[in-house]
Amino acid sequence: MTDEAIISFSEVSKHFGSVVAVDNVSFEINRGEFFSLLGPSGCGKTTLLRMLAGFESPTSGELFLDGQAMSSMPPNKRPVNMVFQNYAIFPHLDVRGNIAFGMRKSGLSRAELDAKIEEMLELIKLAGFGARGANELSGGQRQRVALARALIKRPKVLLLDEPLGALDKKLREQMQIELRVLQQQVGITFVFVTHDQEEALTLSDRIAVMEKGVVLEIESPTKLYESPRTHFVADFIGTMNFFEGSVREVAAGAVTIDSELLGEVRASGSGPEFTSGSRVVVAIRPEKIQLSFEAPENVANVVEGRMGPSAYLGDRSHFYVYLPQREDPVSVALQNLERVKDQDRRSDQAVWLNWSEDSVVLLAPK
Amino acid sequence: MKASVGIGRRLDGFAVYAVIYLGFIYLPVLFLPLFSFNDSIYVAFPLKGFTLQWYEEMANNSGLLDALMNSLKVGATVAVLSTIMGTLAAKAVTRYRMPGRGPVIGFIMVPLVIPEIIMGIALLVLANTGGVSLSLLTIGLGHMLLCVPFSMLVMISRLEGFDKSMEEAARDLGENAWGAFWRVTFPLALPGIVASLLLTFTISLDEFVLAFFLAGTDVTLPLFIWSMLRFPPKLPMVLALGACILLASFIVVTFAEWVRRSGVQVKSASGV
Repeated sequence: MTDEAIISFSEVSKHFGSVVAVDNVSFEINRGEFFSLLGPSGCGKTTLLRMLAGFESPTSGELFLDGQAMSSMPPNKRPVNMVFQNYAIFPHLDVRGNIAFGMRKSGLSRAELDAKIEEMLELIKLAGFGARGANELSGGQRQRVALARALIKRPKVLLLDEPLGALDKKLREQMQIELRVLQQQVGITFVFVTHDQEEALTLSDRIAVMEKGVVLEIESPTKLYESPRTHFVADFIGTMNFFEGSVREVAAGAVTIDSELLGEVRASGSGPEFTSGSRVVVAIRPEKIQLSFEAPENVANVVEGRMGPSAYLGDRSHFYVYLPQREDPVSVALQNLERVKDQDRRSDQAVWLNWSEDSVVLLAPK
Repeated sequence: MKASVGIGRRLDGFAVYAVIYLGFIYLPVLFLPLFSFNDSIYVAFPLKGFTLQWYEEMANNSGLLDALMNSLKVGATVAVLSTIMGTLAAKAVTRYRMPGRGPVIGFIMVPLVIPEIIMGIALLVLANTGGVSLSLLTIGLGHMLLCVPFSMLVMISRLEGFDKSMEEAARDLGENAWGAFWRVTFPLALPGIVASLLLTFTISLDEFVLAFFLAGTDVTLPLFIWSMLRFPPKLPMVLALGACILLASFIVVTFAEWVRRSGVQVKSASGV
């Protein structure tokens, strides 16, 4: 365990009957970081969080918090607090009662506690709401109260179980920013569970992508998006075009691939080491692809196709381009830097796609 | 215009039906207070005149008062104990993963469907072979058997009505299991607990068959009333007693409904 790690999972597994929810997971979470557990539902991310909180105990393995083994410690003794998915605001208490709930054994005097509660209300921008009943709060307010209730305990780690899932889009985006600012303000380690990849990218210092109880990759948002190392991560985060091929030549810092659909593809040396002759998957992000209506010259990677359907999203447009012998269209995203005219998006005309060597991600076949 | 007339007519039809329905339920019961003030030992029309004689007789009948006290003692004890047991059992089956949950619930619920007369005989045989002498205690134990499943049903539906993450949140915020129960589960379950207390108390209070089999020398109110029916002159006094019980029930039910409505609206609170 390194000095900066505050949480450490050591070969942790969790079985529910015959279902393996978490399968031999080992990783560390650093002090003060905003760490996200990301994956589709049923991937084990919530189980990991509940093990941190103490609501589940590992079937095997051990988890450490600040160097201390946690398995046999009940939830009420752990220096962590949780924001629940539905917030679990106590309906029989008002806002003040909810925030003060965990402070019964704090030993603070009445005045000190009141001051602390006021401070928390200030922090979550709900000053003056102390006497509000739990049932009189909106979704966003409930979320803030749940945050305050946990943060007033000054936990070493704050656990958040999809806390933004129940909010509408605008409010969610606003809360994302507030959450990030709050985390930097209080300096507490946040462990955040979500199935929303965009949310994870926006908020996190590092993200662990999980699938079927296994942690596939732990990286910064940029690394995960730009240089995924597994097919699943490349597919799960953002949109990705995949093409199969085999390595023709590996030179210093550059790989040449023969692809059945794209012809010759040149890539700078990102991805795992491949030897010539081995099968690879060429992955390209839609926004890394240039689209032109005439054959481009002097470019490394180019392929001709036919324009399929397109979608105009205001700030950007999505195009789907059909290649010969391929059923799935290639997805291309363009920023609408100039004013878009309708005739630009006629389908069925010939188009050329090209991309730089640097934007190609090479993956091992599935 | 036409449509609204149609709806009005249909509503009228329903209204008539509703009145008949209510009459069917309450008219027989209303004969109790009516005849309890009637100045005649014969329960028959025409009414003779107004009297409080039967109430006076009731208040001075020591046998009746003893039976009433016995019933209240048994009812209150049974209500409290079976509600405690029902609440804990309901918490166990709604909150914990446990092996054999289905069969356990099934077995606890079985007394609801066993005919009381069968259960009465079984318990009597059991008491005799075990050398237990019959008393209010045996009646109480028999009533527990009936009341625990009812209490459990009430409490299961109440506990399933609010999210178990409420209790987890309490644990997370530093309470042990006991603290979480008292500070969160109990207040949220309170309307259910009150309902369970009233329901089990009522069941015990008017239970006759088990009490008949399991009674020793002390009788409960239903047994006393039944024994009175053999003496026609005593009947009006029983009617007066019935009227009093009716009034008490009315007050209790009104109180229970008031508690239920003023209780925390858990459902709307957990929805976001």
